[in-house]
Amino acid sequence: MPETAALAGAPRVPLTGWGRTAPTPATLIPVHGEEEARAVLRSRPPRGLVARGLARSYNDAAQNAGGQVLDMTTADRVLDTDPATGEIVVEAGTSLDRLMNLFVPQGWFVPVTPGTRYVTVGGAIAADIHGKNHHIAGTFSQHVSWLDLLTADGEVRRVGPDQDPDLFWATAGGMGLTGVILRACVRMKPIESARILVDTDRTPDLDSLMALLSESDHLYDYSVAWIDCVAKAARMGRSVLTRGRFARRDELPARQQADPLRYHGSVKLSAPNVFPPGLLNLATVAAFNEVWYRKSPKKKRDQLQGIGTFFHPLDSVGEWNRIYGPRGFVQYQFVVPFGQEDALREAMVRISNSGHASFLAVLKRFGEGNPGMLSFPAPGWTLALDIPVVGGLARLLDELDDLVVDAGGKVYLAKDSRVRPEVFERMYPELEKFRAVRARVDPDGVFTSDLARRLSL
Amino acid sequence: MIDALGSVGSLLLVGGTSDIAVATARRYLAERPLRVVVAARDTPRRAAVAEELAAAGARVEVVDFDADDPGSPAKMVAQAAAGGDIDVAVVAFGQLGDPELLRSDADAVGRLAHVNYVAPAVVGTELAGRMRAQGHGVIVALSSVAGERPRASNFVYGSSKAGLDAFYSGLADSLVGSGVSVLVVRPGFVRSKMTEGLADAPLATTPEAVADAIVNGVRKGRHTVWVPGVMRWVMSGLRHTPRAIFRRLPI
Repeated sequence: MPETAALAGAPRVPLTGWGRTAPTPATLIPVHGEEEARAVLRSRPPRGLVARGLARSYNDAAQNAGGQVLDMTTADRVLDTDPATGEIVVEAGTSLDRLMNLFVPQGWFVPVTPGTRYVTVGGAIAADIHGKNHHIAGTFSQHVSWLDLLTADGEVRRVGPDQDPDLFWATAGGMGLTGVILRACVRMKPIESARILVDTDRTPDLDSLMALLSESDHLYDYSVAWIDCVAKAARMGRSVLTRGRFARRDELPARQQADPLRYHGSVKLSAPNVFPPGLLNLATVAAFNEVWYRKSPKKKRDQLQGIGTFFHPLDSVGEWNRIYGPRGFVQYQFVVPFGQEDALREAMVRISNSGHASFLAVLKRFGEGNPGMLSFPAPGWTLALDIPVVGGLARLLDELDDLVVDAGGKVYLAKDSRVRPEVFERMYPELEKFRAVRARVDPDGVFTSDLARRLSL
Repeated sequence: MIDALGSVGSLLLVGGTSDIAVATARRYLAERPLRVVVAARDTPRRAAVAEELAAAGARVEVVDFDADDPGSPAKMVAQAAAGGDIDVAVVAFGQLGDPELLRSDADAVGRLAHVNYVAPAVVGTELAGRMRAQGHGVIVALSSVAGERPRASNFVYGSSKAGLDAFYSGLADSLVGSGVSVLVVRPGFVRSKMTEGLADAPLATTPEAVADAIVNGVRKGRHTVWVPGVMRWVMSGLRHTPRAIFRRLPI
């Protein structure tokens, strides 16, 4: 088969995730459509294959050492739209950025967005991403009516919450290990304007933050707190809480009401690739956090913000991951159930005492979980923080894992790049069910990744 | 897979009953449980090592390996890889030989050269092939300071380690871009079962210290480590010592 020969001769390129750690080489194959993906599958690559989107997973989820990786970003067409219901059918490589550029001016917003809009729809489903509205709207996959999945046998299966739900809920959060997501039907969210009405509250410590969140989070569509993880003792957990909802047209200033859905999403500048290792140390991060806390208003109501400012502040700097230097960084995100606030507090104390500098950490209250077997969100508190790779970090995070799993919590597969496989199994009791679905649709394990190998998924 | 923070998931010990190999496995196991493949001849010592590592938390697999058997390396590597990718392989077998015997016994010289150079080179080739295919992995080769400048008292051993050192250093360069790397470890005199009964040389070290150097070297992506570290400068000095002086040195 000529296409097989072409694949065999293609050069390998080193790939990493957003954290820029643990690079491995793989053959990266641009995929424009179903036939190309199927051709790779037919070549039975001995090291298997996995789909890759915009590679915003922090880890090795979209890497496949020595094997094939499908670059899905070249499949980004919008196939169908229904202006009445907001349902759209798009190819899996379509980015949320593109969806916003296309549909915000028409009064539709993506149902769920993470902290960056540079993720693909396929990736959003595979990682079952959540956003600031999880407590109200759930995860991205909960707004997917159906998806087309190319499975190991070369067939395309249309699955959804009521069509082969097991395969759907193994694919939602399944990190690309059930097949290649080709297309998805996504229900968009109606908006009257492209502006968000934001309330900001500064809280001096963790307890007052949690109290505020518990008492009034349900009043807001979107909610997230940025916490200072370097501050110790009494100021531990001081934070800035921003919450909001899309403004109605009549809530905009008069001059904006004429064009309420005006939206520009663009990168302003890129971080250069010259940051030395160790630039982010305790001193620089503490100084940054101090400035950030002091410049935030103590309490502000009904401030109008743009979509980028509110949802994707870091997207204004392209490739900001470079500031962590050549050794890269990890993101640690966990959730512990409500009632386990002590575990959350203990984790923060240990992080704060460890001296491992972290930029702002993010705290959020999750709402209900979904049937996704490897889906992350579950009712409780989730904390996410970036930490540069330094010696001693492996042990600290292993200890935090023990704390989290003993509290009935778990870490997030789209972020994790170092959990112990046996601890991961304890965190995800549905893993066996996931493996059974995978064994049904991919008995030979053709779909695999560095992540899958590392954790023996 | 070696994860983002350098933790290792699977370890192959070639010459798995050597003190340095066992100490390396123990050092890794002190951090996390992992899969350990012990490749060695079928002896009571191998069984004891397997048992000890299992008790320390390893998922142990045992594979036959005989450095004297030309067919053994290929079979051993295939069997070790059957249970999953190999993250780190430690090539730790070798013999010191009896310098007196080696002075006059040509067969003994041939046998030592085989076990210390030919067999490790064959094993290295098999490991490199396997790891190139899997796209990741680290090969750790136990060289020796004795290979840096062989001296009269044990030059047969020294020359065999010089060959091994050159092989793995070259292999490292040939693997650039493949995702696979090589760590050449150059210990000085190691107090172990290989050197039992011999008087300590200056700067003598222990299998545990070598294991530490291996684990740190792999984590940091080093290509060469000396144990103890100061050996690098000592050997650099000795390498440049004029021959007339070098051969008179009491080393």
